[in-house]
Amino acid sequence: MDRFDVIVIGAGPAGSSAAYSLAKEGFSVLIIERGKFPGSKNVYGGRIYTYPLKRLFPEDWREAPVERYVVQENISMLSKDTAVTIQYDSLRTGSSRVNSFTAIRSKFDKWLAKRAGEEGAMVISGTRVDDLLVSNGTVFGVRAGGDEVKANVIIAADGVASIFAQKAGIRPELIPKEISVGVKETIKLTKKRIEDRFNVGEKEGVANAYIGQVTNFLRGGGFLYTNEDSVSLGVVVQSEDLSSHRTEIQELMERFKLHPSIQKYIEGGKVVEYSAHMIPELGTCMIPRPFANGFLAVGDAAGFVLSHGYTYQGVDLAILSGMAAAETVKAARAANDYSAGSLSRYLHDLRSFGVLSELEEFGNAPSFLMNPRIYSAYPQLLCGILNRMYTVDGTKKEKMFHIAKEEMKGKISLMQLMKDLLGGTRSM
Amino acid sequence: MSMPEPSGLRMVVCIKQVPKAEQLKIDPVKKTLVREGVESEINPSDLHALEMALQLKDKHGGSLLALSMGPPRFIQALETAIGMGADEGILLSDRALGGSDTLPTSYALSKAVEHLGHFDIVFCGEETTDSSTGHVGPGMAANLDLPQLTYVVEVEIRDGHVRAKRAVEDGFEVWETTLPLVITVNHGCNHPREPTLLGKIKARTIGVIDDLNADDVGLDKDKIGLSGSPTVVDKIETVELPDRSGRIYSGEAREAVRKLLDDLEAEGII
Repeated sequence: MDRFDVIVIGAGPAGSSAAYSLAKEGFSVLIIERGKFPGSKNVYGGRIYTYPLKRLFPEDWREAPVERYVVQENISMLSKDTAVTIQYDSLRTGSSRVNSFTAIRSKFDKWLAKRAGEEGAMVISGTRVDDLLVSNGTVFGVRAGGDEVKANVIIAADGVASIFAQKAGIRPELIPKEISVGVKETIKLTKKRIEDRFNVGEKEGVANAYIGQVTNFLRGGGFLYTNEDSVSLGVVVQSEDLSSHRTEIQELMERFKLHPSIQKYIEGGKVVEYSAHMIPELGTCMIPRPFANGFLAVGDAAGFVLSHGYTYQGVDLAILSGMAAAETVKAARAANDYSAGSLSRYLHDLRSFGVLSELEEFGNAPSFLMNPRIYSAYPQLLCGILNRMYTVDGTKKEKMFHIAKEEMKGKISLMQLMKDLLGGTRSM
Repeated sequence: MSMPEPSGLRMVVCIKQVPKAEQLKIDPVKKTLVREGVESEINPSDLHALEMALQLKDKHGGSLLALSMGPPRFIQALETAIGMGADEGILLSDRALGGSDTLPTSYALSKAVEHLGHFDIVFCGEETTDSSTGHVGPGMAANLDLPQLTYVVEVEIRDGHVRAKRAVEDGFEVWETTLPLVITVNHGCNHPREPTLLGKIKARTIGVIDDLNADDVGLDKDKIGLSGSPTVVDKIETVELPDRSGRIYSGEAREAVRKLLDDLEAEGII
């Protein structure tokens, strides 16, 4: 069998969602995964928003391998040994109203690919696709080793460094400015320790974000998510900043783990996994035209990631874009036309699945988030002000405005502060 | 003497799925290998047997059947075999076979081979990494009343004759015999090919035949399973590795070697 209706390259959330949706409609679908099993090559800091899953599996999305439902969100601005944290508690109960959950991607991806397989998609793992088959500007198959397999449409779901979107000519090569580098450790604790230390109940968890000292004040941040009996802890830094400051991300990670506000959570834990990953830089990676003759790109491969600064969306947009791509292919089959012109309705489908509308609306956020002051001056400023406000040592207390003014001296001007505040509110 | 049919050689290779060597764990109570929840692979020397058979098939044509005996999860190994180029994968699976040692295993596999038809060559790996007995290949040869060549590293077929090189402790022996026969293949003698994309697609499309049971191949229930297995595991001891001490002898070579020899002597090693 060397011909399918659709070939999907990559069995991550985007690829498996597309394959699931298409197989369900009776398409013959082949998914080719490079890793030993779907999810085996995945690194994940751990949080998935539920809304696209509810859309993909309205009946049984709860069968997803959930580690813990997120009931608390914290953003901490760190200085060397202090932290200012904003805590948000979701006091709603009942998992049906839950907004996001933590997951271990190797388990989650495996589950999603299994669902696609159960609908009839053929999931082949441990095979690397070497090239696209292209004739007269139309993609008509893939080559792996000496083997060629053909299809009406090839869907590239091969992740952030998508070489197939490049080969199809719809995306330029990545440049360092466009990517961040992330490292993640999975630190094993026990179920009880997680629930005690984070003050959460069974199946409940937290999602923490950190900026400031965690990246040594470079652009980026840290994260901590609670899994069932472990935490996912990681640091993400803009790759340009890493090289210009000659910083090793592993060192930042080691220092992050020693910070008092992290130490208390992971003490006595054992590192059971260490991984590194590239993360597309928010907004700049989005491909304006993620389609070509006989070809579509989904998920990270198309640059569908979004950060508002306080949340990070990737898996959800991946799932939605996979579902949108399936709609596009359905329409193309009805018209028996797989040309770029026909597949261009993908943009329409992305919009109706809410992928593009989000990305377009928050298009300004990335440039605002590139502002280095968010990662250096402000965390230090806040920690400094609060440190002085709360330090009672018998010396005369000053008024808060005065403290703030003094802390700002030499670090940031009032004008700049006003400008950044305005810019931030507008873009978010 | 039976000649290979004009359509080429008919071959069967027996493969087993074993826990990955680096993940071996022993159940302290049951004194058996822990097989659940550990990553598994095709027994390495079975892969070499598969490769040797595939090379013969490439050269002489014919058919190659992959046969395994075990629980349903062994389907994975047979899919891999088809992905590499075997024509079919067949799993003999029956609860009654659980707990079989090498005696019933050789018996059951032989009966399965007889059930599946006539073969010119029955291939096995030299031994498995999870028990290292090397019994099954020779056991099958005895049951099937066929000549056997064990620890084979190279094989050649000419005019119905088999010429094989086998590894022995201090070198190699070259033997010649006739078809049909049983060959067990020496570990490390070739480079097993990777499954191809089309091969994997084929494996999924045709599927593994996994419903062959003890009755189908006519097994005597008294001869299989735990009750048919004379081996009794009395005791399993795990070896604690001693601490190793590292020492660096620097300076002039002659002096350093003398010092090393002195130390070895002083510690009673030489």
